[in-house]
Amino acid sequence: MKNTWAVFMKQVNETFKNKTILIQFLMFPMLVIVMENAVQIDNMPEHFFVKLFSVMFVGMAPLTCMSSIISEEREKNTLKVLMMSNVRPVEYLLGVGSYVFLMCTAGTLVFAVVGEYRGKELAVFTAVMSAGIVLSELTGAMIGIFSRSQMTAASVTVPVMMVFSFLPMLSMFNESIKKAAAIIYSQQLSEMINGIGTTDISAKSVVILLVNFAAADVVFAAAYKRKGLE
Amino acid sequence: MSIMIKAEGISKSFGEKRVLESIGLEIGSGEIFGLLGPSGAGKTTLIKILTGQLLQDGGSAEINGNDSRRLTGDERRRIGITMDDFGIYERLSCADNLKIFARIYGMTQKDVLDALEKVGLSEAQKTTAGKLSKGMKGRLKLARAFMTAPDILFLDEPASGLDPVSANEIHRLILSEKARGKTVFLTTHTMAEAEKLCDNIALLCDGRIVEYGSPAEICRRYDHQRMLKINLRDGRDIVIPHNKEAAVKVASLIEEGKTETIHTTEPDLETVFTEITGKELSA
Ligand SMILES: Nc1ncnc2c1ncn2[C@@H]1O[C@H](COP(=O)(O)OP(=O)(O)OP(=O)(O)O)[C@@H](O)[C@H]1O
Ligand SMILES: [Mg+2]
Repeated sequence: MKNTWAVFMKQVNETFKNKTILIQFLMFPMLVIVMENAVQIDNMPEHFFVKLFSVMFVGMAPLTCMSSIISEEREKNTLKVLMMSNVRPVEYLLGVGSYVFLMCTAGTLVFAVVGEYRGKELAVFTAVMSAGIVLSELTGAMIGIFSRSQMTAASVTVPVMMVFSFLPMLSMFNESIKKAAAIIYSQQLSEMINGIGTTDISAKSVVILLVNFAAADVVFAAAYKRKGLE
Repeated sequence: MSIMIKAEGISKSFGEKRVLESIGLEIGSGEIFGLLGPSGAGKTTLIKILTGQLLQDGGSAEINGNDSRRLTGDERRRIGITMDDFGIYERLSCADNLKIFARIYGMTQKDVLDALEKVGLSEAQKTTAGKLSKGMKGRLKLARAFMTAPDILFLDEPASGLDPVSANEIHRLILSEKARGKTVFLTTHTMAEAEKLCDNIALLCDGRIVEYGSPAEICRRYDHQRMLKINLRDGRDIVIPHNKEAAVKVASLIEEGKTETIHTTEPDLETVFTEITGKELSA
């Protein structure tokens, strides 16, 4: 517990010093405030940008942050020092993961305020976003574990992140992309968020989300078992 | 005196390449032990094995009586390690760097400040670690290794690549740890450093220990290398082997009134090393 706390606090101390990470937390929440206030087009769905950007945020920020933090620690050999100081890999991942989760949840709240979600809507929105954050974190951690340096991590992170954060947007315009993207969690998140206030969450969406969770867990466990954190 | 670090028949290969071959060592409590060898000799590899960062292919290593492959959390805490490739958090201040480990080890803010003071980084506690000079970074790493007040220190090239003043600072710190009764295992490729700091040294060459003992002992063993250096009145220097034939030569030089001064020169470790291995030490 104290080890997880130490790792968590290390991230907290770094918050304003690690610009690559900070910008991930800030970009979409700031963008949504600007766009919602500045852009008014007739017939645009209500809070269009909230729905669009929240999904992109959830597909991008947790993933990029996890992979960047972990791969940097591997590259600079700070992770090794932590491990030599008896920090177990699980404790490390929990420390970094809970920090990223907290920061992304702060972003989620910005979306919720701008999107004027209340009561049950707010609960559904935060729950859906939280699920997305955790899934993206697992994916990002996996990339971090497999990358020897930040550069290699970034080269994998970018395409993966594009798939998760841009497919839901593209599928708004193209039916076959929408069909193909249906198996991806971010597409389901997008549909759930778009349905808030009108349609209830479908059993199908929940099942797909759970399958995504299971898949991420299995792949992560396998990756972790093979590579560890060293 | 109790044995703090013990190695027996340690061997290690990377693929086909044999890096260490039947290494045996015994290092007593309170001793500064220096492992010397040219680049690629296997010094870092041996430290990694002794500290449980790497598994040996054969042989055994014990730290304070515990198998290095199975050190518990508490036993690890009694060991301080700095390695060349151990990183620091470059974006965090010196104090925040140490605070991470203070939290891990259940220590206080005061312990952090004490650790910084000990290595002379009090002034720099708020400085971003990435902005420190090389010598200061080295001291920050030492502070981290010293922080838990370990009984045994493993220092991999603690002063390499530093200017003489910074290197001296580090030497002073190492000697003050010894004065506190700590056991120090260090690696170096400078002979002067080994002669200055170490009670005992081992010369490692191509994965084997080729000499073992105190610096003075080793030099004495190679005493046949002793030379006479004669400064002549006319400004020339001549160096001749210090043996019977030399007596005749020196006597005649003195008789002719040509000598200014006469010195004996003992072999230093540097020459001894070159003689044993046929290799230059400095890389
Ligand atoms: N993980 C590894 N995989 C393959 N070869 C390795 C590995 N680590 C070390 N070696 C090889 O083992 C040999 C000894 O390396 P080591 O780092 O122990 O030398 P060293 O004495 O510490 O050298 P230096 O003075 O340059 O630090 C070198 O030839 C090196 O290339
Ligand atoms: Mg080395």
